[in-house]
Amino acid sequence: MYHRHDAVIVGAGGAGLRAAIELLGKADVGVVSKLYPTRSHTGTAQGGIGAALGNEEPDDPQWHAFDTVKGSDYLGDQDAIETMCYEAVQAVYDLEHMGLPFSRRDDGRIGQRRFGGHTRNFGEAPVMRSCYAADRTGHMILQTLYQQCIKHNVTFYNEYHVLDLIVNDGVCCGVVAYELSTGELHTFHAKTVLFATGGFGKMYKVTSNAHSLTGDGLAVVYRRGLPLEDMEFFQFHPTGIYKMGILITEGARGEGGILLNGLGERFMERYAPTIVDLAPRDVISRAMYIEIREGRGIEGKDYLYLDLTHLGRDVIEKKLPDIADFVRTYLGIDPVVKPIPIQPTAHYGMGGIPTDMDGRVVIDEVNTPMPGFYSAGECACVSVHGANRLGTNSLVDIQVFGKRSGVHMAEFVKGSDFKPLPEDPEGMVRAEVERLKANTGGESAAKIRAELQEEMMDKASVFRDVDHLKAMRAKLDELKDRFRKVSVEDKGDRYNTEVMEAYELGFLLDLADTLLVSAEARTESRGAHYREDYPTRDDANWLKHTLAYKTDSGIRLSYKPVTITKWEPKERKY
Amino acid sequence: MLWHLAPGARTKHDMQVNLRIKRFNPDSEKKPIFRNYTAEAEPTDRVLDALNYVKWYHDGTLAYRRSCAHGICGSDAMIINGVNRLACKALIQDVGTHIVIEPIAGFRVLKDLIVDTEPFFEQYRSILPYLINDDPPPIKERLQSPEERELFDDTTKCILCASCTASCPIFWYNQAYVGPAAIVNAHRFIFDSRDEGAAERLDILNSRTGVWRCRTIFNCTEACPREIEVTRAIEDVKRALLYGQI
Repeated sequence: MYHRHDAVIVGAGGAGLRAAIELLGKADVGVVSKLYPTRSHTGTAQGGIGAALGNEEPDDPQWHAFDTVKGSDYLGDQDAIETMCYEAVQAVYDLEHMGLPFSRRDDGRIGQRRFGGHTRNFGEAPVMRSCYAADRTGHMILQTLYQQCIKHNVTFYNEYHVLDLIVNDGVCCGVVAYELSTGELHTFHAKTVLFATGGFGKMYKVTSNAHSLTGDGLAVVYRRGLPLEDMEFFQFHPTGIYKMGILITEGARGEGGILLNGLGERFMERYAPTIVDLAPRDVISRAMYIEIREGRGIEGKDYLYLDLTHLGRDVIEKKLPDIADFVRTYLGIDPVVKPIPIQPTAHYGMGGIPTDMDGRVVIDEVNTPMPGFYSAGECACVSVHGANRLGTNSLVDIQVFGKRSGVHMAEFVKGSDFKPLPEDPEGMVRAEVERLKANTGGESAAKIRAELQEEMMDKASVFRDVDHLKAMRAKLDELKDRFRKVSVEDKGDRYNTEVMEAYELGFLLDLADTLLVSAEARTESRGAHYREDYPTRDDANWLKHTLAYKTDSGIRLSYKPVTITKWEPKERKY
Repeated sequence: MLWHLAPGARTKHDMQVNLRIKRFNPDSEKKPIFRNYTAEAEPTDRVLDALNYVKWYHDGTLAYRRSCAHGICGSDAMIINGVNRLACKALIQDVGTHIVIEPIAGFRVLKDLIVDTEPFFEQYRSILPYLINDDPPPIKERLQSPEERELFDDTTKCILCASCTASCPIFWYNQAYVGPAAIVNAHRFIFDSRDEGAAERLDILNSRTGVWRCRTIFNCTEACPREIEVTRAIEDVKRALLYGQI
């Protein structure tokens, strides 16, 4: 079936919905999502959205920008970071005006709390910058944005899974989607398209990410020959519930929670003397791995403790109610009286579809934009997070760049016509769906996926080295061969989730490839990418962004410079 | 590293679980039928983990919605051993090793455990679920005291999973009833000091298919995975209509 809209937004999470809201009244919009919008992963974000409102104590967007630059291990583009931190303030007020029910101070203003990596006066001490709604800030953001879309009658195509981007003569002209309920293919013809499809944590076994996070937008773009940026940088969040991946917000440490090893030691005092348990996530995850590796895990095992017992029942029930519920439901323990077993958990991809500050997708080393194509949110790489993202900055990112994309898309729509579609735009997707349905190879997508997740966790997670990366690449080649032989039981058209899961596995395999190749090439350690064989940061050779392109003879890498405005790279100590 | 020893690697499992799942594909079957499956699971696994096991290793045609797998997105509400639950919040040790799984009631079954939720979202939209305030906003945030914020805190927690509405006997009998979830979301705005649309929403709910259909049965409160006091919220709205208590 054929549809036409001025603007098509793929993904109905925080970035996609914010862009849709920005386009209201300026363009005819269609939002296409493989999930019902309120199921999007933005809803699971807990801790808060970082903005220098200065409600609790003096704060400054400059300090926020510096913290973000340093947090990114100096790989973040500083012009984009400064823009983000300045516009963060208005983004928070905009959300409140839309109705977001923030937690409040006694004086009626939005409450703010401490968060990892956020400091006052360029690193002096932790600062209260995270604007929060209990520990369900993401849920509130998603609900509020969706409610605004309802108010303004935004057109939604729910459970339509976008599987291809339509490009004609170097110009973006739409997308192809598979309708889950009927198996029908749909062509969405548009003047402008925004990809806001989220991350790809399902590449790893222990992850905070939802089942739906299979990097669809990134893989679609990559398969169309566009580069992916900084794929080697994948963040592991320190405090996921042991074995389950369920996240305990960094906000718990913002409220005063501490990390303990098997000896009852507050070990972060050794690794980050100034801000201790509020150090950035990559620093803490590495510290935790070292503690476990050196035998100081709880009872010598592979987990540590997050201790909230000194916070008191009142603080936990009022400010951290959801995570208290997780711990009680899934572990059967009460965090008011017992410490929580936690381990580093695959959480966020800093890399993704390269864009400029207006969300325009750029396709080469000199940032040439592809007309009509935009991206925002976790699937994009502006880059504001560089080699490591600070907590609360993702919610800022999706609001600021969701809005900026929407603003620029509205302008673009005014000044452009619909580009004609190429012949048979649905051809590639149709062929792949039919191939998956008809295949008789006998391989199981589920088994291949489980092996991918386990091996990536083992060989390419927090600590990496050339031998493990090479071994993983060999394993990946084997998995990709086996993927060609995947067959499915469900040959039907109605809610064929088996074929879709197999299609998503194909995406993950492609993305794992870009991650491994980029990681092997980067012979330094920076942010979340830590090489045991190259343990130091090497600015002379590596202060640059990686671009990974798909070619017929494998992945081609190239590089582009980091934009530095104010802060020259320094040693990153906390 | 030791990740391969973590459970879910399927190398070590404590027990076998028997699942009896109500299957239905309108394209190929005239009516639903229960099918039996077995899955390997640990007591601390979620029912969703067992469903995944069945789908991934026994029967790929099994269809169900799921996403976050920890009780926030609201995708996987289903009837588990006769009670509405989120499959990702119900643990094997809570429900036992003989598990009957059916789609939630009151909505047309599209396939297996997937139901048509369009009517549910229509009910939601009908109560104007967005902030209504035509005054130009201040430069910064509108002020709201912690006490004002507390008044509607409970009903902000709704994840639109439909467990409540699908557990309501009034709704089963007559789908024209706007349902508990819609009333909860109306409550969230009616009692939000920044909102000025209370009268409008109360008017909508002051009808034969609105709040007055509620018979205080309490199934909704029992079913809610977010532990929202749904019946109390409905009661608050009834009182607001009767006594103007807001």
